[in-house]
Amino acid sequence: MNSQYLQYRIHSKSNECIDVSSSGAWTLDNLRKIENALRAVPHVKKIIWDLSGVDDFDSAGVLLFIKYLEQFETDGAVEVIGYTEAQKDMYQLLNNSENRVLTSQRDNNFLQKIGKNTIDIYADIKEFATFIGHLFVAIANLIIRPKNMRFKEITYHAYESGFSALLIVGLTAFLVGMVIAYQGAVQLAKFGADIFIVDTVAISVVRELGPMITAIVIAGRSGSAYTAEIGAMKITEEISAMRTMGFDPYYFLVIPRLFALMITLPLLVFFADIFGILGGMFAAKMQLGLSVTQFVDRLYEVLDVKHYILGMIKAPVFAFVIATIGCYRGFKVSNNTESIGLHTTASVVNSIFVVIALDALFSVIYTGFGV
Amino acid sequence: MSVIKMSGIVTRFGDRTIHDGVSLHIEPNEIYGILGGSGSGKSVLMKEMIMLLEPNSGEIVVLDQSLRGISFAQAQALRQQWGVLFQFGALFSSMTIAENIEVQLKEHSDISKEMRARLVQSKIAMVGLEPFVGSLYPSELSGGMIKRAALARALSMEPKLLFLDEPTSGLDPVGARNFDKLIVELRDLLDITVVMITHDLDSIFSIVDRMAILANKKVVAEGSLRNVLQSQHPFVEEFFKNDYTKQKYLDKLDLKEVAGV
Ligand SMILES: Nc1ncnc2c1ncn2[C@@H]1O[C@H](COP(=O)(O)OP(=O)(O)O)[C@@H](O)[C@H]1O
Ligand SMILES: [Mg+2]
Repeated sequence: MNSQYLQYRIHSKSNECIDVSSSGAWTLDNLRKIENALRAVPHVKKIIWDLSGVDDFDSAGVLLFIKYLEQFETDGAVEVIGYTEAQKDMYQLLNNSENRVLTSQRDNNFLQKIGKNTIDIYADIKEFATFIGHLFVAIANLIIRPKNMRFKEITYHAYESGFSALLIVGLTAFLVGMVIAYQGAVQLAKFGADIFIVDTVAISVVRELGPMITAIVIAGRSGSAYTAEIGAMKITEEISAMRTMGFDPYYFLVIPRLFALMITLPLLVFFADIFGILGGMFAAKMQLGLSVTQFVDRLYEVLDVKHYILGMIKAPVFAFVIATIGCYRGFKVSNNTESIGLHTTASVVNSIFVVIALDALFSVIYTGFGV
Repeated sequence: MSVIKMSGIVTRFGDRTIHDGVSLHIEPNEIYGILGGSGSGKSVLMKEMIMLLEPNSGEIVVLDQSLRGISFAQAQALRQQWGVLFQFGALFSSMTIAENIEVQLKEHSDISKEMRARLVQSKIAMVGLEPFVGSLYPSELSGGMIKRAALARALSMEPKLLFLDEPTSGLDPVGARNFDKLIVELRDLLDITVVMITHDLDSIFSIVDRMAILANKKVVAEGSLRNVLQSQHPFVEEFFKNDYTKQKYLDKLDLKEVAGV
């Protein structure tokens, strides 16, 4: 068997020893052809591998040599002859790095992956619990010594996460109110129960959709911003610098964002409630021809203040979830830019999930209390 | 009495051991260098001195205060006695340079607004920056200016102890020498102790009084340049006694005999 890069000859007397001689350019461009030739070499007890014909090589070529050398060695003895100093140096360098790769490479089968992920999630939850614990200690300290409250930061974040979000929250709520009303209108019109569209829209918006839509928009808007801001500070070591100056990041970074959101989210929910109902009113007018007066009259009858309160109770809870997850994820960012992206995504996904899960929990509790 | 004393420090991250029994001591008013290859744990060691990390075991005493089991109030008090210059400055990006320098004074002292402004200006001048730099944001400064501004911030609480993580890395040679000069001047002027991580041979041969060499998870040599040069450890041989350093430093400083080359 002969190729441009490899010739081998089986010793005539026995079938136990072969001479392999390599030649040509063992470089990346030819790697495939060389490997095809190497595969054809039969497995025998002893190989004498002559490299003297190799006139050019690069690290890819040497790596291929290492791979097949190891393979041949599993079957029998290999003697390598005719190599140059340069090839030997390259071989040693690559062989070392090869070993390093091999030792640090971990076998990841399916079960191991599940196990590893479970441990990671468990560690993550434990760390989050520690974070919340620290946060409560900081809040308790703040209650004892309120002069440490960073009012300026709170107002700044209230403006950024609250006032600046009015437009998007209002618009989203309006559209969702409209969709609910259109869907409901089709069904209710079949029974001639047009007026009940007001009940459907008002109660679902005020109790469920208003708080939830607002929380989801804010999780996407402010939760992600919190993670990215704190994460960037982590990378530039600003957080370490704060610590060495005796500035507790909980006071300076977490609590202002948390309090700002807990104040503004209920206000945003109120705003969303109004626009959600307006959206429903608009759709009812278009689809069913229900006049604004009729709508508002019915609204007075059906919309107990109870529903409003039940919806509003959720707002500060959602705010707490979004702010704490957002900040926690920011602190978890490690020293590379990629990790900001990963944690920002995780922050939004986690907080939206927790918001929806808590909303379900609230429904169960409310039903339990019969309200 | 030593300013900092570390003994038997062991640090691990997961199952990787970074320090395995590191001990050193830093004396008042000296410029102390921490040397070692990249990844040898110099920054981690410094972070342990300034309470950003806690070693797995070992004893650290800073300014007569043991860091083990230190209370929150004691820790806060201690932090105000030192200044830290991070490798990349770590200036707060949302504040101007003047605000960066002022922020600790604002939080931790009760001096008047006017006094604060004066102090800020004096710090800016002290590190050799133009007065207008105070109104700029960190993103508007060059690398050398950032280091100087960060040094001004580290000095704002009039510390007795200054930590510098690779102060001259990333600076041009002239800027680096000027920064070295500045550190010596400040040490003499303010009577402070300086702990610096450095790779910079010029700094090591010109301004460092004593140093510790980290290699193989341990301190392999500690002391003045003369003491360290006597060590036969492979890292010392490679770092200090190669052809380049022989020509450039050992010849000129008459250290060839000490180093035994
Ligand atoms: N927070 C950390 N978590 C895990 N490993 C770390 C952490 N910080 C540093 N290390 C590891 O410790 C070793 C020493 O790091 P460092 O002290 O930054 O090195 P250098 O001497 O170059 O300053 C490195 O191998 C680094 O990967
Ligand atoms: Mg470092």
